[in-house]
Amino acid sequence: MQKKDIGLATLVMTVGAIVAVMNPRFLSPINLANTANLIGLFGLFSIAEAFVIVTAGIELSIGSVIALIGVIFVDLIASFGVPWPVALAIVMALSVTIGLLHGWLITRLKLQPFVVTLCGLLIYRGIARFYTRDGTAGFTFGSDFPMLEYLIAGRTVGVPHSVVAFLLVAVAAWFLLHRTVLGRHLFAVGKNPQAASFSGIDTTSVIIQAYVLCAFLTGISAVFFAMYTRSVQPSSHGNFYELYGIAAAVLGGFSLRGGEGSIIGVVLGVILLQVLQNLVNLLGIPSSLNFAVMGSVILAGVIADTQFSRYRDARRQAIAMAALEDTSKPQA
Amino acid sequence: MTAYRQKDISLDLLGITKVYPGAIALNNVSLSIRGGEVVGLVGENGAGKSTLMNVLSGAIAPDEGRIIIDGEEVTSLTSARVHERGIALVHQELNPFSNLDVTANVLLGREIRRGMFGFLDQAAMERKVAPILARLDTRFGPNDAVSGLSLADQQLLEIARALSIDPRLLILDEPTSSLTLSETKRLLDVIRQLSADGVAVLFITHRLAEIEEVASRVVVLRDGRNAGTLGCGEITKDAMIRLMIGRDVGQFYEKAEHDPGRPVLELKGLRTKAYPQHPLDLCLRAGEILCLTGLVGAGRTELVRALFGIDRIEGGVLEIEGQRLVGHSVPAAIAAGLCLVPEDRKTEGLFLDFSITENIAMPSHAALSRLGFVDIGAEAALAEASRHKLNIKTAGLGRAAAEMSGGNQQKVVLAKWLAMKPRIIILDEPTRGIDVGAKAEVYRLMQALAVDGVALLMISSDMEEVIGISDRVAVMCRGRIAGTLARDQLTEETILQLAVE
Repeated sequence: MQKKDIGLATLVMTVGAIVAVMNPRFLSPINLANTANLIGLFGLFSIAEAFVIVTAGIELSIGSVIALIGVIFVDLIASFGVPWPVALAIVMALSVTIGLLHGWLITRLKLQPFVVTLCGLLIYRGIARFYTRDGTAGFTFGSDFPMLEYLIAGRTVGVPHSVVAFLLVAVAAWFLLHRTVLGRHLFAVGKNPQAASFSGIDTTSVIIQAYVLCAFLTGISAVFFAMYTRSVQPSSHGNFYELYGIAAAVLGGFSLRGGEGSIIGVVLGVILLQVLQNLVNLLGIPSSLNFAVMGSVILAGVIADTQFSRYRDARRQAIAMAALEDTSKPQA
Repeated sequence: MTAYRQKDISLDLLGITKVYPGAIALNNVSLSIRGGEVVGLVGENGAGKSTLMNVLSGAIAPDEGRIIIDGEEVTSLTSARVHERGIALVHQELNPFSNLDVTANVLLGREIRRGMFGFLDQAAMERKVAPILARLDTRFGPNDAVSGLSLADQQLLEIARALSIDPRLLILDEPTSSLTLSETKRLLDVIRQLSADGVAVLFITHRLAEIEEVASRVVVLRDGRNAGTLGCGEITKDAMIRLMIGRDVGQFYEKAEHDPGRPVLELKGLRTKAYPQHPLDLCLRAGEILCLTGLVGAGRTELVRALFGIDRIEGGVLEIEGQRLVGHSVPAAIAAGLCLVPEDRKTEGLFLDFSITENIAMPSHAALSRLGFVDIGAEAALAEASRHKLNIKTAGLGRAAAEMSGGNQQKVVLAKWLAMKPRIIILDEPTRGIDVGAKAEVYRLMQALAVDGVALLMISSDMEEVIGISDRVAVMCRGRIAGTLARDQLTEETILQLAVE
């Protein structure tokens, strides 16, 4: 665990403890399970966002993709009677295609990630609304998919399956980012694309893989969200989720300049955001202040982080000066 | 401001030190100048002249040292203070505003205004600028457009701009690099006049003859330190060169005798993106150190970028060990046993924020992994082995590469490639900006690699280095290979003749 992660974990604990003391209902099983469920749901796409941010990219279309994939998934099952595993396969393939498209536009046509995914945000939202004629895609009354509902929205010994999925994805993501060659290359390309290509790294392929990975995880997250809400209202479903993802990643130590961050950090970032949300609810703070609280905490976190890197640079300067004193002594 | 203007300037820099992570730019450098003096500041590239200039102009604050100006001690020279004390600086790089005319450029930021609305007083400004231009005997007038001026005229414009503040200290950084002989003469006359009027002039140039002619004292820098001072009467070209180089050149480049082997890299009519009109032929043999030299812009870096697969090859054949390379890319080049130590170590060679271990292991990940997982133990072992082999000096291999000196950074770049066991190593200006000790180590390493049968292709602009270390030299000129010279033909004259042909 990096120092940053420890600091963040301490912050999460502190905020949790304060909320628990001020309102004991925070620790009630129902509240914990609900909060955990939300952490799982939001965590899936936050990890997705992290894989793109580490390459110095950005993915702004997550919320729209969640709406589009959700609409299509529900509609395939409810209106077309497609067996759910087939529907799942179709939407996952669609997600991967979206990722490939973004990666291709960014690497081959050299478009800026911000622009590509901003257009994606607008386009997918528009398609989702057009597809349902701005109506709500939902399961018809009385329809029942016990296996699907158990797998996606069910619980095992009180633990929501979204949390299980989040933990599995987090562990896999940790190994992928911190222990594999692809992970190293993601960091390298994000930190210094020039040096990466001078080291023989295929930067184009690495960046495309990041966007595909992001879209794939977003697709999984979309299915979980669709089954959680059971009906998808395409004009509002998933709105601003990309910003939650970016916020969690930034809180977790990812720099938007790329090449920095840890999976443990983004997991803690997601937890902190949801605990804060919970805090707003439990402490009777007007829910209109929700975003303001989140924004302030993120701002504080980022300020702390930049102060830390200034300290690091100052230390480097000091080391360089000390080395100089060492070398000049014998000659003096 | 006027109070300071009454008397001649007195400026002392004492024990100035400026450190950048990974490089010591200035180490305990002192420089004094008084009104009426013409001081020449000389040194090789990277000796610290430009950093000292930046301290003088207030662009950077030194880490240590004292600055005493007109008897007052100040912590640093800010640009406001520089202006207030009448210090004017003529930069080597010319940045005129080509959208404005000569008068506007000369008086930029000090425009003369009139009336209650503060409109520009064009006539007054021209009256102020015209005599300055006359003094420099320029071909252009106050109303001419700057966009039409030649490089030499732009340089004179910069000088006019500096003179327009009536400086007490005039700093000239390579002011004659694009001037003709008569313009240079004229400028030297102006310097003499200014000095007679009590203005101090600090003159930085590579043209030692000009310094011989005009300077009353010479300060020599070497590797960021004071190398010596020459007083009036001692100023000769030879004395300056001795202080600038300050070491026995012969001993520095020990050549081990060995015969070059079979050809490993062959270019047959290769066309690069930068100069597609010139097909290039070149052959590099195992165990050979071939140096590619020429003036800046001759197409050397562009050629090696194409060889390494960064830039597209426009035509012709590239063969490594007799195998023709098709669909050339960086991974393909590395797989074929070719690697590049790039010119810009900090942006192209290294990940400054990453650990030394990660930097060394970066291209070897395929070899150091199982099923896509990095073998952290093998990575650490590789880094440790490299540290011993190349004598990398660091407090720990987990430290960021940014925390090392330039020489050690270059060793890390070399280490990452040596781990790949390359057959051909291309080095682009491998010793630029690194200290003398590390330079010697890099040369020794290059010799050892050549003896082991590795083929080395080095780009260098440092003539001494080219003559000292090469088995053979290919001189490039405007995208062509103007000629190749064997070791016994190498002199500065033969190389330069081919380079400027």
